[in-house]
Amino acid sequence: MMTSEVALPKEKVHRTGKWRLFLERDSSMGYAMVAPAVLILMLFIAYPFILGIRMSLSRWLVGQEPVFVGLQNFVRAADSTIFTRTVQNTFVYTAAATVLKLVFGMALALVLNNTFRGKGLVRAAFLLPWIIPTVLSTLAWLWMFDATFSVLNWFLRYLGLVQRGINWLGDPVLAMLSIIVVNSWRGIPFFAISLLAGLQTISQELYEAAAIDGANAVQRFRYITLPMVKPVLLVVLLFSIIWTFADFQLVYVLTRGGPANSTHLFATLAYQVGVVSGSLGEGAAISLTMFPILVVVVVILLMYLRKE
Amino acid sequence: MRQRPLERILLFHLPLWFFLIVTLFPFFWMFITSIKPNAELYNVRMNPLYVLHPTLEHFRYLMRETIFLTWAYNTLYVSILSTAISLITGIMAGYALSRLRFRGAGGMAVGIFITYLVPPTLLFIPLADVVRTFGLLDSPWSLILTYPTFLIPFSTWLLMGYFKTIPRELEECAMIDGATRLQAMIKIILPLALPGILSAGIFAFTLSWNEFIYALVFLSSTELKTIPVGVVSELIRGDVFFWGPLMAGALLGSVPVAIIYSFFVEYYVAGLTAGAVKG
Repeated sequence: MMTSEVALPKEKVHRTGKWRLFLERDSSMGYAMVAPAVLILMLFIAYPFILGIRMSLSRWLVGQEPVFVGLQNFVRAADSTIFTRTVQNTFVYTAAATVLKLVFGMALALVLNNTFRGKGLVRAAFLLPWIIPTVLSTLAWLWMFDATFSVLNWFLRYLGLVQRGINWLGDPVLAMLSIIVVNSWRGIPFFAISLLAGLQTISQELYEAAAIDGANAVQRFRYITLPMVKPVLLVVLLFSIIWTFADFQLVYVLTRGGPANSTHLFATLAYQVGVVSGSLGEGAAISLTMFPILVVVVVILLMYLRKE
Repeated sequence: MRQRPLERILLFHLPLWFFLIVTLFPFFWMFITSIKPNAELYNVRMNPLYVLHPTLEHFRYLMRETIFLTWAYNTLYVSILSTAISLITGIMAGYALSRLRFRGAGGMAVGIFITYLVPPTLLFIPLADVVRTFGLLDSPWSLILTYPTFLIPFSTWLLMGYFKTIPRELEECAMIDGATRLQAMIKIILPLALPGILSAGIFAFTLSWNEFIYALVFLSSTELKTIPVGVVSELIRGDVFFWGPLMAGALLGSVPVAIIYSFFVEYYVAGLTAGAVKG
């Protein structure tokens, strides 16, 4: 937050000009410097947000005059089985992927917290899934899930675990599982590297003292590591939950919401309805439904964070 | 604490290798596919991990049959400009919010943080309409001006934290010596904040390079597309997948960010963890 401190007494000799005086004053300079950022954010976030609410309350088709229809778009969405399925999918996807990222991210962070040769290189390699364009790495996964030539199936057959190849993306349940796995694969590095940064702030002496007092490894994790990384953990969770909940690219590339609309998330369904079919009002309504849910998540996590 | 050898293998080496293989396999798979001739690619009897006759035919296909280099140029152009806009506005806003006293500063800082939490998929439909109103639909400027919506909040927040670590006395001394605040900021504070600016810049650049949904929705001409959208929409036609060229495109599209990232890993990690650790 802002720390306001008393400015130095302004006894300096101002040579000339109103402009200069203007820039010397904290308030005018402050507003001038914040203005460009605020302008862009108002124009492309605040205004679209208000426009989105208007859209969601209108029958708004591409190239036609919008007509106010009240909550009709929301009612129609709530009535459709695809939408209810989408809501369910988004919650399952977010919950499952978050748990996986949390558990494996923590495990990886603990592994990386050891000292070993080539640590810098290894840590850099682990972040690759996070920095490589998601769409492009997801294409590699799409190819790994291919119905006929899946390399994953080849592994499973090679190990003798299955007789016939699994159609990863052709079955609703397996397709959900697949997108959850890919999302986790991409997100684990973010969790791991952030948590690692948190782990590195913990003094080794704490662990030694606890060990002397007879605490075993599990207890040390439970009573030292976990409380110490909790603030970092909450921030990472906050962002991860928002991004996962509002995810688009992964599903767009892997399943396009299929098979038979069984793997849509809010964003992909909104794209399908609003952009592909051109019902902007309904599309806007679907994506705006995310908003109240995200607000609740953010508020809970921020309150929790403030308490820490 | 010292570990016994067996313990070290079970608790360290084994999980480390497991994570490494799982993390890197998709990239290996991308690479091996891109140099494998079709005859081997679509042969179920072959061990898919080998390539017997490596070839560059898929890369040749990518260069001849698609306008991959144009997409690469578009991506670079959009990323550089949107990063520049975000850095300049972010530096100014971050400096003002962390250093200057003015009414509403606290509120603005919170407001910017909140926009940081808004996912792009929440607003892409109305935003497309805003972009259309400005006559920017199907123009690179539709991306250059909208990418800052997720880059500015991040950069501002990161830089605010950075500026706060630089002692106030430094610029106060300069100002007592007759420098204006603007001079003090440019000559004293910015050079010291360079690592933070670099972090924000690398981060913003990779985020722009990776962006997908705005580029998918706002652009329609093939020759204006960015790499992620171009590869997905032009190399997948209906149910026909050109896996060789697709993986070649994915690989080439990933290399620039990977290179930039490898040069600036430390800054990237610093940026990634700055928000998380400082909270």
